[in-house]
Amino acid sequence: MDTIFALATAPGKAGVAVIRISGPAAFGVAGALAGSVPSVGTARLRKLLDGQGGHLDDALVLAFQGPRSFTGEDVVELHTHGSPATVRSVLAAIGATDLARMAEPGEFTRRALENDRMDVAQVEGLADLIDAETEAQRVQALRVLSGGLGQLVEQWRENLLRAAALLEVTIDFADEEVPVDVTPEVTSLLTPVMADLRREIAGVDVAERIRDGFEVAILGAPNAGKSTLLNMLAGREAAITSDIAGTTRDVIEVRMDLRGLPVTVLDTAGLRESGDAVERIGIDRARTRAEGADIRVFLQSEPGEVPPISMRDGDIVLLGKGDLHGNTECAISGVTGLGVSSLIDQLADTLSTRAARQVTATHARHGEAMADSLRSLVAGMDEVQAGPDRTELAAEHLRSAIRRLDSLIGRIDVEMVLGEIFSRFCLGK
Amino acid sequence: MKHLDFDVVVIGGGHAGSDAAHAAARAGARVALLTLRADTIGVMSCNPAIGGLGKGHLVREIDALGGAMGRVADASGIQFRLLNRRKGPAVQGPRTQSDRKLYRLAMQAELACLPSLSIIEGEAADLIMNAGRIGGVRLEDGSEIRAGAVVLTTGTFLRGIIHIGDVQRPGGRMGDKPSNLLAERIDAFGLPLGRLKTGTPPRLNGKTINWGILDSQPADDNPVMFSFLSKGPQVRQIACGITHTNAATHRIIRDNLDRSAMYGGHIEGIGPRYCPSIEDKIVRFADKESHQIFLEPEGLDDDTVYPNGISTSLPEDVQHDYVHSIRGLEQAEILQPGYAIEYDYVDPRALSPVLEVKDVPGLFLAGQINGTTGYEEAAAQGLVAGLNAAHQVLSKDPVTFSRSDSYIGVMIDDLVTRGVAEPYRMFTSRAEFRLTLRADNADQRLTPRAKELGIVSQERVQTFDAKMERLARGYDTMRALSVTPTEGRAHGLNINQDGQRRTALDLLSFPDITIENLAAIWPDVNALNTETKAQLSREALYVSYIERQQRDVAALKRDEAQRIPDGFTYDAIDGLSNELRGKLSHIRPQTLGQAGRIEGMTPAALTLLLTKIRQHERKRA
Repeated sequence: MDTIFALATAPGKAGVAVIRISGPAAFGVAGALAGSVPSVGTARLRKLLDGQGGHLDDALVLAFQGPRSFTGEDVVELHTHGSPATVRSVLAAIGATDLARMAEPGEFTRRALENDRMDVAQVEGLADLIDAETEAQRVQALRVLSGGLGQLVEQWRENLLRAAALLEVTIDFADEEVPVDVTPEVTSLLTPVMADLRREIAGVDVAERIRDGFEVAILGAPNAGKSTLLNMLAGREAAITSDIAGTTRDVIEVRMDLRGLPVTVLDTAGLRESGDAVERIGIDRARTRAEGADIRVFLQSEPGEVPPISMRDGDIVLLGKGDLHGNTECAISGVTGLGVSSLIDQLADTLSTRAARQVTATHARHGEAMADSLRSLVAGMDEVQAGPDRTELAAEHLRSAIRRLDSLIGRIDVEMVLGEIFSRFCLGK
Repeated sequence: MKHLDFDVVVIGGGHAGSDAAHAAARAGARVALLTLRADTIGVMSCNPAIGGLGKGHLVREIDALGGAMGRVADASGIQFRLLNRRKGPAVQGPRTQSDRKLYRLAMQAELACLPSLSIIEGEAADLIMNAGRIGGVRLEDGSEIRAGAVVLTTGTFLRGIIHIGDVQRPGGRMGDKPSNLLAERIDAFGLPLGRLKTGTPPRLNGKTINWGILDSQPADDNPVMFSFLSKGPQVRQIACGITHTNAATHRIIRDNLDRSAMYGGHIEGIGPRYCPSIEDKIVRFADKESHQIFLEPEGLDDDTVYPNGISTSLPEDVQHDYVHSIRGLEQAEILQPGYAIEYDYVDPRALSPVLEVKDVPGLFLAGQINGTTGYEEAAAQGLVAGLNAAHQVLSKDPVTFSRSDSYIGVMIDDLVTRGVAEPYRMFTSRAEFRLTLRADNADQRLTPRAKELGIVSQERVQTFDAKMERLARGYDTMRALSVTPTEGRAHGLNINQDGQRRTALDLLSFPDITIENLAAIWPDVNALNTETKAQLSREALYVSYIERQQRDVAALKRDEAQRIPDGFTYDAIDGLSNELRGKLSHIRPQTLGQAGRIEGMTPAALTLLLTKIRQHERKRA
């Protein structure tokens, strides 16, 4: 049984974060970070150090011996300071021990169930929890993928699928007219993927855009008053505002504390048909980011304007530049402050009922997946170079590499590999 | 208690039916095999070959479980070839061409050896229902055979239609009529049906082929058999001819495409992508100037030649023209035109993992009726269906196979969980535990189980036990011998000089150390018999991979151990998408493992499902 770990408390701004480790190596992992594990049933303050001896945090460490624990396995809890940076570095250090992996959604619960540590009558809320967790994952994946990484992983997928098809065709159709040695082509498909993975893995720790919490996107036609509203919310001149339509070409993010909730507000390029290529890119990006946000606030330029993107439950439509339109009920103005506090109330009400995204965890999970996948590709490449006699071993490593990247590139199953084979090779006696 | 004529009736004497009847009889049931004509039992309707990649694995597994196909193929094999001989043992697949007549006769002889098996000639017209379950078969002449379970293996006979160009006629195989009465009964069960097609090439007269100018492909010098009991080929080995299509062939076909049943719009069934007709090949791969054709003699004293690679549904005159455009076939006489055949199949998701129709207790389906193609796939299903039909009637436990123990398990799980989109054929790439599920260890994986079930002969038990004892002794020997790195180097072995002592077994798993290297060092290793040495080497090659897969195997087994209770409903589970609820209700997985393989299932949804199952169990407890 693997040892798994995850952040057990809600992510974002909180005083204390609890990181839970469960499984046979739980004490080993805790020992590696904390030097020693407190005796079972006691809580002790420990210095957490990473593999290089770097100081991560001072944390309260609690050990539970299976079966008397949440999951029924050996469990260690690390109560660290709540800052996202601290949590991220502790999660990374646990992963680096190679003794444990990030838990899948619902995996702690599942172990608790299997070990009869959970009274099934008490888990009525589980469905909602899992639902929220799954939905949050989907949204997170969308976010991670909406940037440049999106195109990158599409290319990875294509290359990996083609490489798998080439290796498999030499195995399963050896008695047909297919190439005997696919080493050069497979090598040229895998090499760029491996280079990309190395670069992405190196960048995981420094990714600036990674933030936990909620996202609220402000949308509207150009010059609807979006940037002015953002400035009012943030209390500073974060976005450039002027009266010329199309000023905000990129997505501008401002991080703020909304009634205690960690929220990133996105100011997006004005939605309109534009001939300007740069502006069009900004508009596309605005749509994508808005799609992934938790709440969309649409500012109308005039009463009755219909949002050009689909709105969901909890989304908000307001009449922008309320100072110019007179005191209507749904109007807002970043200039006068009209309607701003009611907007904040509404946002806080809605967000407080939702699960905050855990980008730190998602990112760590992706980092771990990429690192594992790269290891398999390196081993697979050795076998590819060894030539056609060892194809089944190359194929085995490639299969693990692909499976590990599931969450990033989407599933590649055998039907897809066969589909690729049949579209490329004329087979069949 | 009503008197039963038989415990199990198997309808159909093709490859699925033969191994179904064979398995049911071995499992202790009184079996009737119902066929239109007893002399067509074991007929190879398509190409005269058994095995290949993935398929050869299936035959080895059938053999390891005491089934008939492996021994029958060995008895009739006229060109044994081990495919992928240069690659690793996990992807080597035994194959042979068989003498069509010898195969049929050998299969009939196999079945004749089973005292509890009766062969009955007749046409099944209807299934008898008795208090909600199968009670037997009614024949076309009105007579009845009462039985506790029925295994239905209709092949391509269910509403079969043969197409040659724009000519269609009802038929289950060239020269045989289709089963339309049974099709009506199956309609009445409300089972989800679909339509598939497959094709055959024109059969040629070998005496009219100009063999002298053609290349040939000989049999292997050291033939590898299917059965763990066989020692070597029993009849003379032959070579196949090889020729190719050319620009003229392609032009003839292209010019007449609209006359092909396929392209003329007469066929609605879906054909397999890996076995395209020559029309398909020329349309879909228009830039390929030539396609390979294997000319496979159908028997030692039979002049018929099966030209593998040019199956077609073109009219006869076009078949003549294009055949004659091919090198070596200029004067070839066509003995029987190629044809396409369309037939009904049942969506296999309507079946349980023992191949019983979930809504019709006692009715088991095997072979092409389940959407598969291939003799080997059919026989493997026949074995599972026949064995389980017998067990059901004899009140014994069901026998299921897992993706982690066999290709049989992979195939059945694919069928009942994922269904089919085209005729399903086995490939080694379908098996995620490919390095473990090898042809060489099919006996090690399955024969112990077959021994427990009491379905294998005494000869097989003795052969197997002796092999395992030699292997165990081989392992003991290899573990007892060891060297230090310095000693190893002195023997010319390339080892890390880390001071670590390594056993002969450790050394064998190094990619550049062979058993011969070790035999040169240690006389005890040298003294092991050839097959034991080979098996030790095969297992050592994959040992580290297989260890790594153990985690996946363990997870799979854990999920498969969690049964989903009969009658468990998904409607009331909040948190599952409607789509997923629909799929679960439709497929009705039997275990959590099977549920997890349904498309769209997530780990989270699986945890939720587990919770609900636990709640359900607790309520009932």
